[in-house]
Amino acid sequence: MKDSYIGQAWLVLLLALAFGGMLAGVQASLSGRIEENKRRETYDQIPSLVVIRDRRTGKVATRADAAKTVEVVTDQGKVAYHAFSSYGKPVGWVIKGAGQGFADRIELLVGLNDDATKILGMYVLDQKETPALGDKIRGEDFRDRFRDRFTKEPLVARPVVTDASAGNKIQAVVGATISSRSVCDIVNAAVADFKPWLAAYQAKGADERPGGEED
Amino acid sequence: MAQDGPTGLERFINGILPENPVYRQVLGMCPTLAVTGNMKAAMTMSAAVAFVLICANIMTSLIRDLLRPHLRILVFTLTIAAFVTVADRALAAYLPEMSKELGPYVPLIIVNCIIICRCEVCASKQRVLIAASDAMGQSMGFALALASIATIREILGTGAWFGVPVMGTWWPEWGIMVLPPGAFITLGALLGVANWLGTMRSGKAATGEK
Repeated sequence: MKDSYIGQAWLVLLLALAFGGMLAGVQASLSGRIEENKRRETYDQIPSLVVIRDRRTGKVATRADAAKTVEVVTDQGKVAYHAFSSYGKPVGWVIKGAGQGFADRIELLVGLNDDATKILGMYVLDQKETPALGDKIRGEDFRDRFRDRFTKEPLVARPVVTDASAGNKIQAVVGATISSRSVCDIVNAAVADFKPWLAAYQAKGADERPGGEED
Repeated sequence: MAQDGPTGLERFINGILPENPVYRQVLGMCPTLAVTGNMKAAMTMSAAVAFVLICANIMTSLIRDLLRPHLRILVFTLTIAAFVTVADRALAAYLPEMSKELGPYVPLIIVNCIIICRCEVCASKQRVLIAASDAMGQSMGFALALASIATIREILGTGAWFGVPVMGTWWPEWGIMVLPPGAFITLGALLGVANWLGTMRSGKAATGEK
């Protein structure tokens, strides 16, 4: 018994169980606060994520007002943020996406126009990608590459893109192609999940909305 | 009972300067270079490392008689990883901005050589009090090292300390000091000074003996 695997590893197993219990307790007690921090950060980012620009001049025509944002629960139980201008005009949506990156899970926010045909902005809420390489997905330089892209076709990250502003190709971060691809995949998945629900939501009208309730 | 090695107080003092983890043992270089761009980040990292190091040392010391030689590194890693996750979650909950700034460097404490080294060298062989004193000394030494580097980098790079302007508007702000090259330059210079002081001290001690 002493030389069996269990006999040798009982301490490791016991510690793993004890630490697992401890971490579950920590997560249970802190997750509410962590989620609230993320919610606050989301509201802080809404004005920069949902911005309508003038096609010719590129100047900001309408910007979402965080105070007028309405949280809507989609049919999958996810929260989408319906953004309005300070005059009460619907400007767009902010949705959350999450998925596996190169090192760990990436969580991000995607700003969309009101019918979700165009991406207005992208913000990385949480990531643990390689410092100085993959973590450049947080940078404005990379995030700006998603702005004004149409959602008709899924976005793809490419190491070399000749015309960076056209089509569905996103110039990947140099040395971090996998992180860049992950971000594109997460954006694509979030948009693909959201669009059918939005179509039904807008078709039904305000009185009878499918699986959605506004807070 | 015969004392095995230095006392708790001696271990505490040794960790601060004579066996400073950064300047004398050259361990924990990743956070030393990466998070010393400003004092707030450096002190947060020091606090996180101190929490993990003290908890891991105490835990390892408590179970030292149950450790099997070929499984000890696994147990150390498991213990350290558990406490690092607690520190990571606590930072995300109470200091979200700092958690974002430190990013992956908090989870990377798991592979910080200082912690695994102290578990192996001290905690797995010593009583709880001595292991805790050792951890506190090493944590203090690590915090002092990070503070010295961060102070130079932040003041020269931004003219501020803890975000508070200290140099006045005349200071040109050497941007390179808060960038990665600044970390290498500062660490190299301070390591040189620490080695020079160490050589001077050992030279004086040798002369005195003669």
